[in-house]
Amino acid sequence: MKLPISWLKDFIDLDGLTVEDIARKLTLAGLEVDEILYAGLEMPVYKDGEKHEFKTNGLAWDKEKIVVAEIREVKAHPNADKLTLLDLFDGKQEQMVLTGAPNIFHLKGTGRLEKPIKVAYAKEGSTLYDGHAEGLQLMTLKRAKIRGVDSYSMVCSEKELGITDESDGIILLDDDAPVGMPLADYIGDAVLDISILPNMARNANVIGIARELAALTGRTLKQPQIELKTSGESVESSVAIEISNPELNPRFVLGLIRNVEIKPSPYQIQRRLKLAGVRAINNIVDATNYAMIELGEPLHAFDYDILKQRAGKKKIKIITRAAKDGEKLTTLDGVERKLTSMNVLVCDEKGSLSLAGVMGGSESEVYDASKEVLDAKGIEPKDGEMTQGKITSRGRSTVNVLLEGAAWNFINIRRTAKQHNLPSEASFRFSRGVHPALAETGVMRGLQYMAAWANGVVAPGLVDAYPLKPKDSVVEVTPKDVKRLLGIDLTAEEVSALLQKLEFKTEITKSGLRVTAPAHRMDIDEGMVGLADVLEEVARSYGFDNIPTTAIADALPPQVGNPVHEWEEHLRNLLVAAGLQEVVTYRMTSPERESRVTKHDEYVRIANPIAPERSVLRRSLLSSVLEVAEKNARAESVAMFEVGPIFEPVKNDLPNEPRRLAIVMTGARIVSAWDVKDSPRFDFFDLKGRIELLLAGLRFTDIVYAETVSQPHLHPGKSAEVKVNGQVVGVFGELHPLAKEKYEFGEAPVIVAEFNLEKLRGANPSYGITPVSEFPPIYEDIALILDESVAASTVEALIRQTGGKTVTDVRLFDVYRDEKIGAGKKSLAYSLTYQAEKTLTDAEAAAIRNKIVKRLENALGAKLRS
Amino acid sequence: MLDKLNEIEKTALESLSSIRDQAALDAWRVANVGRSSPLMQVFAEFGKLSKEEKPVIGVAANRVKVALESALEEKTQAVKNAALAKSLEEEKLDVTLPGREIKVGRLHPSTQQLRHVLAILAEMGFQVYTSREVETDEYNFQLLNFPPHHPARDMQDTIYVEAGERGDNPIMLRTQTSPGQIRAMREYSARNPNNPPPIRIASPGMCFRHEQITARSEIQFNQVEGLAVGKNITFADLKGTIADFVRRMFGEGARLRFRASYFPFTEPSAEVDVECFVCGGKGCQVCKNSGWLEILGCGMVHPNVLQNGGYDPKVYSGFAWGMGPERQLMLRNKINDIRYFWGNDTRFLEQF
Repeated sequence: MKLPISWLKDFIDLDGLTVEDIARKLTLAGLEVDEILYAGLEMPVYKDGEKHEFKTNGLAWDKEKIVVAEIREVKAHPNADKLTLLDLFDGKQEQMVLTGAPNIFHLKGTGRLEKPIKVAYAKEGSTLYDGHAEGLQLMTLKRAKIRGVDSYSMVCSEKELGITDESDGIILLDDDAPVGMPLADYIGDAVLDISILPNMARNANVIGIARELAALTGRTLKQPQIELKTSGESVESSVAIEISNPELNPRFVLGLIRNVEIKPSPYQIQRRLKLAGVRAINNIVDATNYAMIELGEPLHAFDYDILKQRAGKKKIKIITRAAKDGEKLTTLDGVERKLTSMNVLVCDEKGSLSLAGVMGGSESEVYDASKEVLDAKGIEPKDGEMTQGKITSRGRSTVNVLLEGAAWNFINIRRTAKQHNLPSEASFRFSRGVHPALAETGVMRGLQYMAAWANGVVAPGLVDAYPLKPKDSVVEVTPKDVKRLLGIDLTAEEVSALLQKLEFKTEITKSGLRVTAPAHRMDIDEGMVGLADVLEEVARSYGFDNIPTTAIADALPPQVGNPVHEWEEHLRNLLVAAGLQEVVTYRMTSPERESRVTKHDEYVRIANPIAPERSVLRRSLLSSVLEVAEKNARAESVAMFEVGPIFEPVKNDLPNEPRRLAIVMTGARIVSAWDVKDSPRFDFFDLKGRIELLLAGLRFTDIVYAETVSQPHLHPGKSAEVKVNGQVVGVFGELHPLAKEKYEFGEAPVIVAEFNLEKLRGANPSYGITPVSEFPPIYEDIALILDESVAASTVEALIRQTGGKTVTDVRLFDVYRDEKIGAGKKSLAYSLTYQAEKTLTDAEAAAIRNKIVKRLENALGAKLRS
Repeated sequence: MLDKLNEIEKTALESLSSIRDQAALDAWRVANVGRSSPLMQVFAEFGKLSKEEKPVIGVAANRVKVALESALEEKTQAVKNAALAKSLEEEKLDVTLPGREIKVGRLHPSTQQLRHVLAILAEMGFQVYTSREVETDEYNFQLLNFPPHHPARDMQDTIYVEAGERGDNPIMLRTQTSPGQIRAMREYSARNPNNPPPIRIASPGMCFRHEQITARSEIQFNQVEGLAVGKNITFADLKGTIADFVRRMFGEGARLRFRASYFPFTEPSAEVDVECFVCGGKGCQVCKNSGWLEILGCGMVHPNVLQNGGYDPKVYSGFAWGMGPERQLMLRNKINDIRYFWGNDTRFLEQF
């Protein structure tokens, strides 16, 4: 919400507070000021990089140089048809000012003006925004000759003064503007841009902010004075109201004003509306908007005579009801809208008039015949501009206005505004809840302004249908509650004083306090919730900063830890120690993207995807990591992993979110340096080594690596499954050439692994160590010639089994093939370590070695290579 | 004979003085003190000398031998020193050449920050509680006091999942870690429904919003949520706990302030600003010259939420707070593009 400070001052004395003070107090109390925009008032100047609490923009007006002045005559320019020369009095002396303003051009050559025109006058040396430049460019007025005439000063447009971006005409001030007064003193302002959180909807208006500020500063809120002079026939004799569903429409109030003269509002009013972000239209529409911004009650003005015409000889009857599905209404933006039963309509007996709480209908809107040309969007043309578009010609302007103030169910308004994409000042407020009590005040305030600005005569009374009056919330609060929930010691009287500042009614009882919420508040409930609502107000009123900081006195719960989380963190540590970079990828992908390495028919599908390539939740973590590896493929060496969930759909229920580990490696094994070139590339065994490290770190000992052909995305001869304690926990290997082709990787093989972490975590670790012997070991190498088909793991297992516990280590150190060994054969060379809890002799080692060789000969047909 | 010995000594020492390397030195040793050297000839022919000559020549020959040997030793050391000096000179490196890069593994910066936050919270008694990422409307919103169509839902654009007609309870990606509050409270209160145990948990995890992916907005981000529930837990305790956390996270001197705010599941609610840790509150680009950084949201658990979790709000109270590790990293490291995090460019990741 944009709030001009000048408007705030109508309701609270702000003497002694700077704009920043006000912004700070509001911000700390939950009304966050996002920006302060200066439009005339003296503005703090910050050097580059200097601290300033609030984002600050805008323009201050020099009090010496920018003043109220009056135009006494508009003369022709001797050398330029489109320019005029103004005889102007600035309060001290006469000036000759050059202007091209179109909105006084018609006065050219009409002689001395009977009624001088009041304007904003900037003298030589003034700093203003350039009215003709794109955006906001500061400039300083300098003396120049324009078409032979000396020019040193100017009459200003709103853009030049930083009020709006309107630069086509000059500002025409109100007739009572005091000539010679510094403009900043007359209409200088600053606008606070305030974020209104959902629980602060009641404060989306000037009086709401003023009330908060009064409570925060201990000042008095000046209540609006609403007094209406009425005459003529009462409203009641002309109009009746029928509410078909009070749940949708708890209250509907109508007032009537006769004989209004439609014209622009006073400039002061237009300016405030514009600074608040609302367009100035004409005095009647402006009155509805002005009262809404001021009090928070959106109003709607009908052309009374149109309704009367529609009613024929009968009395006008306003009916509110839910729309029928498929019913249509043309709203005042000229759009024909198809309605649903969620929408609420204001109708008469002939049909629908407006979309309740959101937008009026075009037929019955207030009409200004002086602006009969509208463009296609219903936007009035700028002065002197002809626009292609519809020409409405209802004949004469609206004379009699029926003014609506109502209360609506916020959910219906919210859904309607969303459905028709009609965010407006009215729907913003109604969709967050406006208290029905405001309907009456709002209508009276609107009528008051219409009477003042349009010379109308207010009809006596109101028609007020109020079938569903909300109960005032009553909450019992005790000092004990305040202590229990806020942690502060306050007496019932102190609590009462804090709440009264926010207009709560309070009554001291035996146990504490009975609190009644004020009529403008819909956010205060009863019971426990009501207690929390009221205590929040006590805390805000007391000031969060004044509440002490304490340590929790309540018992500390038993500390249980989180074994699953801790296990995963341990896993991450092991992977990092193995030289792998962790990545974290998007959960959302598409089946097409995953199809490069995996194929699934069932996915958790996104109903409102951000983009087609993020249409599902991933089923493959490997696919995500491969994409990242591909993106990083220009790096010399890529070795990365991710630990995270995949998503398995469950029909009409929440999906399963099992955890996975994926690893991808490709590129150089050793990073190149100025003297290290042509590093070997990562291959199957680089990854296997890391997996061995990982599984050892998780304290698994029963680990089996077996060939697998079950993985279509892996090279059939370079892939393995990993079994821990007999159960498959993961697979790894080189990416299949056909799968690799689908990525933009380099020539190096891409080695990948994927582990099921539920299974891995479920496997029992085996703790314990192998004692470190004090006795000297004996090392011996044996080379064996074997058939190609014999797996190295089989050989090693047999060696270990036959050697028994004396063989403490078996390490394969060479694999060799050549013609001398023979086709279909290979040589495996092992380094054996013999060790016992005594000093072994060579003979004892040889005996074991012979046993091993014999066993290998018999079982595998191995031959000792000499 | 004495003359001959003097001559031998003189010649030998002269030839030794010009020697610069080990090979020449070896040759010299053979030629001058070797078995067939002139000096050794003198010793060999010692027997042939007369009785008178023997002591005189013996002493003289020995003196020459000692002189030559000690000269040789001295020279040997000199040659060795010279050779070492030469080789040291030759082995000289350009120490300004770059060191060899070590390819190490690293944790993703988000994980690093999560660990930092969780380690502090663990010391404060808040234990990790993890919860699912795909949620129902009920857990993500309704039980947290966001009724259907509540305006507060506008604050969180939601990504929904196709799951058939489920009325007011569609399935979605959680927009916040707060559904974990309900799941934890229900889990704890089920253990002893008549007297539920106190709770102190920290709930980390990925959250999702329906946003465009830009430098300033992401569709997924981590949150860490803290929750304390018990008897007599107060707003003052919330302030004290947050102050403890902020001190450990941002340093002892870090000033903070509580601004009233709104979250449907807490009341009263507050946003917490910390004095900018980049400029110390003097004003800089990171804090947009305001001197303050918004780092977390918090509040007293709403009575409806306590009730929904199985805790009687007449007896129990609690507080909760939430914060974003990526935001903390961005502020601390002046990262101006949030897309770096899930972009996973190793040139970014390797800086942490």
